[in-house]
Amino acid sequence: MDYFIELFFSGLSRGAIYALIALGYTMVYGIIGLINFAHGEIYMIGAFTSFTVATILTILGLPLLAIIVLTGIAAVVWSASYGYTIEKIAYKPLRHAPRLSALISAIGMSMFLQNYVLLAQTSDFLPFPTLIPDFAFMEPIAHIVGSTDLVILITTTVSMIFLMVLIKYTRIGKAMRATAQDRTMAMLVGINVNRVISATFVIGSSMAAIGGLLIASHIGQINFYIGFLAGIKAFTAAVLGGIGSIPGAVLGSVVLGLTESFATGYVSSDYEDVFAFSLLVLILIFKPSGLLGKADTQKV
Amino acid sequence: MSETILEVHGLTMDFGGVRALNNLDLDVRSGEIAALIGPNGAGKTTFFNCLTGLYLPTKGDIFLYRRDKDKKISLKGLKPNKVTEHGLARTFQNIRLFPMMTVLENVMIGRHCRTKAFVIGAFFRGPRTRREEEEIIEMSHRILEKVGLSRFENDFAMNLPYGAQRRLEIARALATEPVLLLLDEPAAGMNPYETIELVNLIQEIATDGQSILLIEHDMKLVMSLSDRIFVMDYGKKIAQGRPEEIRLNPAVITAYLGEEVDA
Amino acid sequence: MFTLQELKRSALISLWFVFLTFPIMVVKVNSIEKTVQWRWMNVVYVLVGSFVLSLLFRYFLYRKEQQSGEDEQQGDNTGRSLIHRLLIVPKYRNMIYGVLLGTAVVFPFLTSSYQVNIMTTALMYVVLGLGLNIVVGLAGLLDLGYVAFYAVGAYSYALLNYHFGLGFWAVLPIGGLLAAMFGILLGFPVLRLRGDYLAIVTLGFGEIIRLVLENWGGFSQGPSGISNISRPGFFGIELSLEMAIVYIYYLMVLFVIVTIFLVNRLQDSRLGRAWIALREDEIACQAMGIDKIKTKLAAFSLGALWAGIIGVVFAAKTTFINPASFTFLESAIILSIVVLGGMGSIIGVIIGALVLILLPEYLRALSEFRMLAFGAILVCMMVFRPQGIIASIRRTYTYKPRNRDEA
Repeated sequence: MDYFIELFFSGLSRGAIYALIALGYTMVYGIIGLINFAHGEIYMIGAFTSFTVATILTILGLPLLAIIVLTGIAAVVWSASYGYTIEKIAYKPLRHAPRLSALISAIGMSMFLQNYVLLAQTSDFLPFPTLIPDFAFMEPIAHIVGSTDLVILITTTVSMIFLMVLIKYTRIGKAMRATAQDRTMAMLVGINVNRVISATFVIGSSMAAIGGLLIASHIGQINFYIGFLAGIKAFTAAVLGGIGSIPGAVLGSVVLGLTESFATGYVSSDYEDVFAFSLLVLILIFKPSGLLGKADTQKV
Repeated sequence: MSETILEVHGLTMDFGGVRALNNLDLDVRSGEIAALIGPNGAGKTTFFNCLTGLYLPTKGDIFLYRRDKDKKISLKGLKPNKVTEHGLARTFQNIRLFPMMTVLENVMIGRHCRTKAFVIGAFFRGPRTRREEEEIIEMSHRILEKVGLSRFENDFAMNLPYGAQRRLEIARALATEPVLLLLDEPAAGMNPYETIELVNLIQEIATDGQSILLIEHDMKLVMSLSDRIFVMDYGKKIAQGRPEEIRLNPAVITAYLGEEVDA
Repeated sequence: MFTLQELKRSALISLWFVFLTFPIMVVKVNSIEKTVQWRWMNVVYVLVGSFVLSLLFRYFLYRKEQQSGEDEQQGDNTGRSLIHRLLIVPKYRNMIYGVLLGTAVVFPFLTSSYQVNIMTTALMYVVLGLGLNIVVGLAGLLDLGYVAFYAVGAYSYALLNYHFGLGFWAVLPIGGLLAAMFGILLGFPVLRLRGDYLAIVTLGFGEIIRLVLENWGGFSQGPSGISNISRPGFFGIELSLEMAIVYIYYLMVLFVIVTIFLVNRLQDSRLGRAWIALREDEIACQAMGIDKIKTKLAAFSLGALWAGIIGVVFAAKTTFINPASFTFLESAIILSIVVLGGMGSIIGVIIGALVLILLPEYLRALSEFRMLAFGAILVCMMVFRPQGIIASIRRTYTYKPRNRDEA
């Protein structure tokens, strides 16, 4: 039973991180109908920025809490900036081009960013400093639920609530929902669509940065290639939940995280990634609208 | 002349809770120009989409009679390409040409379902494939001449003037040798001069014995062209008959003409 | 040409990029030894580089907008490139082909076997590019898992050779057909998906194949791969290593010629027209009586067929294969070739393959930046020149019918 609970919580925290990344996919898809293939790279850059900043701050000898907060801020600021810039360079000129052109551009951007980090930093796995201490109060159940899992779950929940409030109640959130429903109409009623799209990229990238920071400190090492797999998996989660739907992305991520955790725990860990890819292929074939998404009928 | 070629029985189409087509009956006879009219949103294009297999109707039957083959074919639930193969060909209200293909190639695509060559034919290009290719080109060329577009043959479809694009759509549909030609608002967006040209073209095609069912907004055009008219409103058929009967039908006047006067 | 305001704007942009690249380009930390390395020189590079690039970026965007306006006025057919104009005239065309063929034939006698080897690789990418071009360029299906079919070909030769001692010529058609079969098997469920979903499914499929090859040791010998694969036989004669390299090179030249010939016929055929129409408008296509699934399957499996055949050649050439040769990056490279060359354009794809494969080989200093450049190429081509360096030759194809008509 302990093993089951352990797998459950590790699956849940895994799902939580997928959710942070999946939100970026789903929001961007909802607004401009693009699979932002480079989103995984944003998360990777978030992890690298965290790594750099956290290491410098550790060397400077700042208190742990200050390190965590400053690292988080730095990761969010830089990832968001990257997201913003990528949209301006690789997607904005293609706003009226066929869907596949933008997707190819996104794939190119993803390759570019991976190799940019590879060349500027290193191809080795880098050990990430431990930021989250083992809490004393977690001691009795530490063999089942780790302190990191707890931090991941809390951070994710807070981020989600923040996002929900942002989208439901703020001006920009309303503008985003309007743009997602009908871009032309939104433009006609005076919404600055370009700004909304930029905001979507900034918000999505910030979430991915938090995910990057969390997963890096959870797994303990990073590499220029982590964005590819995490990106694909988060995208799987977004599709599973129904792409374009924010609650769907969270639900899909949790389902994917739990599936992976139980599958590797009870079946075999060799095929960990095969599960995710197979799930991706199967959903797209059998239920492309996902769990909470609406099927789109093409207008003739 | 008066044999039925298309028969639609109780056609119903629901989108979620909305009933776009309600128990619609319609028939088209060989060699006639039939028209389906109705105010905006009456369900005319939905009807075409059900007919051509793009939508699967919720209820009802669609039969196509092929007198030449002595067959009665149920079209309901068939894929669009099968429907076309059986002999329904359509144009689109919002023009759907292949913009980056030439005018001639657009028409050649229409010949696709009447020809056979596939991978092997393409690789080896044997005598039969070559003959087939020549036939495709020749027939496409003839059709373009008929609709008056042969001078544009090698231009990209997207560079054609608007009225010519509409005519090219008709040419492309004709290339499939349809039993019944379906025209979805062929005059939409045309200027008066282009409209007159179009009316002449449709009449010319009909004189060749082509049966036509058209959806139209423009009352005047329908009245002058059609042998019989069906009127629908809110997914239901509210009247049918010859143009002069329709003109005097009170239900039509309130539902359709009345609304137009208001607007 | 550039106003002061634009220069100012570019200056701001370059400052933005300095900020953006700071934690990646400038700082490099070592978390074990707790040292920080500040590479301040990179600030200068980024500053200058992004200033120039931002000016170029906006200049080209501006020019593209100007051009698209002009195109609409003149009609697209007038703006044809020099290469097209040369190839339309039969005399020049035959001359060009003759020179190319002659160069290809004498190439091994003029250079070392190292050079021949590189050229063989480039020719393999030419064929792969032409194969993917059927799927992506003609039929408009973005296949991100193309490498999977390549892997099927390579592994079918490696395994059949290892277990049953089958030779190259026996497996060549088998590998191709197996790959084509895989194409049909995969294509059947996925080809009704919308374009971008199809891309992701094929990507997932490609990765699944690779992961299975990596983990199913009993079948594929896992990550360590299969070695000692036989080279192609030459009428039963054992060839020396140098001779074998030259032999494979000539085989590839032959394959390239056959491929060009067949792909050319394909795109001129009833099927080829249907592919292009499908790419332009699926619904109109179906309404014209084209069987969407059958037509797409034909494109998908034909593309796979070529990948499978080249997979067999690859296994025979390197005599060793492992799953690491069949990553997503490989698919991305082939896609870059097609996109750079020009989707749907045979000559474009050939030039694209030669440039992208040979350039990094000969300019060693560049090879480090190869993948970076590939990524940048994909983005820049899509933004500035979606039709590729040499736009589709189909434009001349339309003139043939008229000639035949008059004759």
